[in-house]
Amino acid sequence: MSLQPPVTLVSPPQDIDACFSDIHPPLTARQAHLESARCLYCYDAPCIKACPSDINIPSFIQQIHSDNLQGAAQTIYSSNILGGSCARVCPTEILCEQACVRNKEAECAPVLIGLLQRYATDHAEFTGHPFDREPESGKRVAVVGAGPAGLSCAHRLAMKGHQVEIFEASEKAGGLNEYGIARYKMTDDFAACEVEFVMGIGGITLHTGQALGRDLSLAELQSKFDAVFLAIGLQRTRQLGLENELATGVQNAVDYIRVLRQAADLNGLNIPQRAVVIGAGNTAVDIACQLRRLGCEEVTLAYRRGTESMSATDHEQQIARDHQVRIKTWCRPEVITLDDHGSVAAIHLRRTEMQGDALVDLPHCDILPCDAIFKAVGQTLDMPDDEQLELLRLDAGKLAVDTKFHTGLDRVFAGGDCTAVGEDLTVEAVQQGKLAAESIHQLLTTQA
Amino acid sequence: MANLFTRFAGIESPNPFWLASAPPTDKAYNVERAFEAGWGGVVWKTLGEDPAAVNVSSRYSAIYDATGQVTGFNNIELITDRSLEINLREIEAVKKNWPDRALVVSLMVPCEEESWKTIVKLVEQTGADGLELNFGCPHGMPERGMGAAVGQVPEFVEMVTRWCKTYSRLPVIVKLTPNITDIRFSARAAHAGGADAVSLINTINSITGIDLDQMVARPIVDGKSTHGGYCGPAVKPIALNMVSEIARDPQTQGLPISGIGGISTWRDVAEFIALGAGSVQVCTAAMVHGFRIVTEMQDGLSRWMDSKGYQTLEDFRGLAVPNTTDWKYLNMNYKIVASIDQESCIGCGRCYISCEDTSHQAISLTSKADGTNQFDIIEAECVGCNLCQITCPVNDCITMVRRDTEKPYMNWLNDPRNPHGEAR
Ligand SMILES: Cc1cc2nc3c(=O)[nH]c(=O)nc-3n(C[C@H](O)[C@H](O)[C@H](O)COP(=O)(O)OP(=O)(O)OC[C@H]3O[C@@H](n4cnc5c(N)ncnc54)[C@H](O)[C@@H]3O)c2cc1C
Ligand SMILES: Cc1cc2nc3c(=O)[nH]c(=O)nc-3n(C[C@H](O)[C@H](O)[C@H](O)COP(=O)(O)O)c2cc1C
Ligand code: SF4
Ligand code: SF4
Ligand code: SF4
Repeated sequence: MSLQPPVTLVSPPQDIDACFSDIHPPLTARQAHLESARCLYCYDAPCIKACPSDINIPSFIQQIHSDNLQGAAQTIYSSNILGGSCARVCPTEILCEQACVRNKEAECAPVLIGLLQRYATDHAEFTGHPFDREPESGKRVAVVGAGPAGLSCAHRLAMKGHQVEIFEASEKAGGLNEYGIARYKMTDDFAACEVEFVMGIGGITLHTGQALGRDLSLAELQSKFDAVFLAIGLQRTRQLGLENELATGVQNAVDYIRVLRQAADLNGLNIPQRAVVIGAGNTAVDIACQLRRLGCEEVTLAYRRGTESMSATDHEQQIARDHQVRIKTWCRPEVITLDDHGSVAAIHLRRTEMQGDALVDLPHCDILPCDAIFKAVGQTLDMPDDEQLELLRLDAGKLAVDTKFHTGLDRVFAGGDCTAVGEDLTVEAVQQGKLAAESIHQLLTTQA
Repeated sequence: MANLFTRFAGIESPNPFWLASAPPTDKAYNVERAFEAGWGGVVWKTLGEDPAAVNVSSRYSAIYDATGQVTGFNNIELITDRSLEINLREIEAVKKNWPDRALVVSLMVPCEEESWKTIVKLVEQTGADGLELNFGCPHGMPERGMGAAVGQVPEFVEMVTRWCKTYSRLPVIVKLTPNITDIRFSARAAHAGGADAVSLINTINSITGIDLDQMVARPIVDGKSTHGGYCGPAVKPIALNMVSEIARDPQTQGLPISGIGGISTWRDVAEFIALGAGSVQVCTAAMVHGFRIVTEMQDGLSRWMDSKGYQTLEDFRGLAVPNTTDWKYLNMNYKIVASIDQESCIGCGRCYISCEDTSHQAISLTSKADGTNQFDIIEAECVGCNLCQITCPVNDCITMVRRDTEKPYMNWLNDPRNPHGEAR
């Protein structure tokens, strides 16, 4: 079954909000029944191995098929408490669905695991929270950052009977689920509802507007708590290193998305007419597509290598093309020119090519007039200003942790995007938070 | 194109596809539509004595496969709920309009000679081609001493059949109930009573499921239910077996059989005929898909016959009967083993876990470097049971291949391992 809906782009005076409905609409009951029938209930299933959070996929799909939605959701949540958001944001085409054995048969189409996961988590009804807490352990853990990694860790620790306090720098919890994921993937107030659901287990206290390095220090947390979990994500956007990079009209993609995600009224947004996005990852695709949905007439995505090297998956690239985003490869930003008011007027893109192993400039340069440039060339760790943190070991610019997510500092663990482990994906962050919680629990219960 | 002309118990029809006595043949309106669609014959919905039966509301329930298709169908309807007079007038008119089609009339009256004598005479006057005696209805009618209540007692079957043969010159088909332990006894009784043919199977006593909220079986009639009669694809294996038992029985050798039960495609039709059926009857498939389904059945059967070089139904009728035998005659020295085509294997592991958990531990699992698994047959352990082949989702991925034991045919009777065998 093909479930790819046509992309709706705004054409004034149409309501912009209508253009931000689900990119993959949820399955109907009938579709879910038929789709779940396609699962072969594999033994030692490849899809489970390909799910970073180890969800027992054949089991929950079987439960959907036998009308046991509550059981299905519980199966999902027991491995991944943010199963609802992962169902919406996971790049399934490179994870579970890529491994599905149904790809290999003549039909060449995987079971739509992500949409089935969404069906179960959307429709399961629980009275109260699906998990009970173990008896109070008397231990207290501080979690820094309320993104997927922090929430997942907090939930698992609370389940194990520990008291958890989360310190979050922003006004709202959720991390990039709340502020970063494309609006057409995470519609309505799903991120906030999910935070509420996670907190529903009890034993978790959330402090928002509390930043490590600004309002609290790690030493303080170490002294007040039995363990600390750092899940502060990647807060700094990599820069292009060009002159005029700070001019009006040149901005970080994630900052614009943050505003877009929080906007109550999209019509109030500052929407460029001609935009150039620099980057090749999912953030680049996300900003490009969202700009098109907002009504930006011309969006060009510029990347210095070929499409095959782009970190955005083929599926994401196709989504960009469906949004009529122009993907311009083999060119690198060289000069940003400004108009008389000091606002961006054009970008010069230098053509490139591979010569042997080296990426080299070619003589030709394209000049693209534009009124906005979005930087989406990657996020890096923004180390909070804190004496203790300076002691942390780094690995490729991110926090180094061992297999138990221990940082090396006394009772300090870390997980999610801020660590050097795994890919920067929501589901990875959830898994790392969960595994770190298990390690912390082990530490707390083996301690005298 | 193959010739599908059928002559069954002296009744002729342009093809072997008949509609079984049931709602599709309830009245002139339906039967006319069926003939227009191409059905070769019908067995009119069972007639009874007046006053006509009365039905309840909520009458059917079903079993579905994983994709939502009906695999089993259950009903609690009775025989015709219209008066005898109206039915007889309609039968007469329809037969006049469609002289080339088979029109058989199904009957069920109390087990009294007078009743049967009267009704067969009335039917004969309509110009109908034959009679079918409904000794099969499993619900509602047995309570009144009819249907399965007669069909389950061979003596009654023989007696009523004889009455009908005595009072009517029309061919008599006896419709058998499967709700017995050995179908051959009923068939022999019908044969002894002079039946021109038997038809089978009627529906099987069934409860399709329970509504777990209301705690009542389906279909629900004001909070209560009752067992019904089961039919549809799910009953085909039972019907095929019963047909084969009669076809193989020396005592009923040559008795024409009209095959009924779960027929939905041309392949089902071919299977019944291969086991000796001379015509087939369909109910559920028509009820679920409408009369047009006969088009695909007819086309499929003709093409298959062409591909095999069969010009008439007689060319392949009964060919599978001699190959259907008793277990004791099977060759104990025949050996097959499973073989996996690694090229088409998708690595689902179903074969492995089914053999490992429930069969003979004859499949090995090897984890490969890329994280996927390879599955291989351990021939020495494989007993050739077919389980892995059955559970494998890929067509022709697992095949059962013959291994030469270099031993001649030897059945159980001659097997030295048989404590009661002739070899002892
Ligand atoms: C634009 C964009 C789109 C994306 N789209 C997808 C997608 O479609 N699918 C997918 O799987 N992944 C996607 N990702 C990646 C995904 O969002 C991240 O991998 C995931 O959110 C990481 O979770 P985290 O908890 O480690 O970090 P975050 O979600 O970044 O959460 C970190 C939290 O820590 C807080 N924090 C930071 N510093 C401090 C401090 N000093 N003190 C207290 N709190 C602090 C932050 O405010 C934030 O709430 C996307 C990322 C971006 C940027
Ligand atoms: C709703 C319904 C009513 C039936 N009524 C009769 C009947 O009146 N007389 C009869 O001989 N068989 C009756 N049958 C049985 C069918 O004729 C037939 O034997 C049975 O359904 C098996 O065929 P199938 O699997 O193609 O449906 C009825 C079946 C159904 C589903
Ligand atoms: S690999 Fe595909 S078919 Fe097999 S269990 Fe997973 S989802 Fe089901
Ligand atoms: S098929 Fe449906 S509409 Fe028709 S009589 Fe039956 S219940 Fe009524
Ligand atoms: S059941 Fe078939 S496809 Fe699946 S692992 Fe076994 S041989 Fe391969």
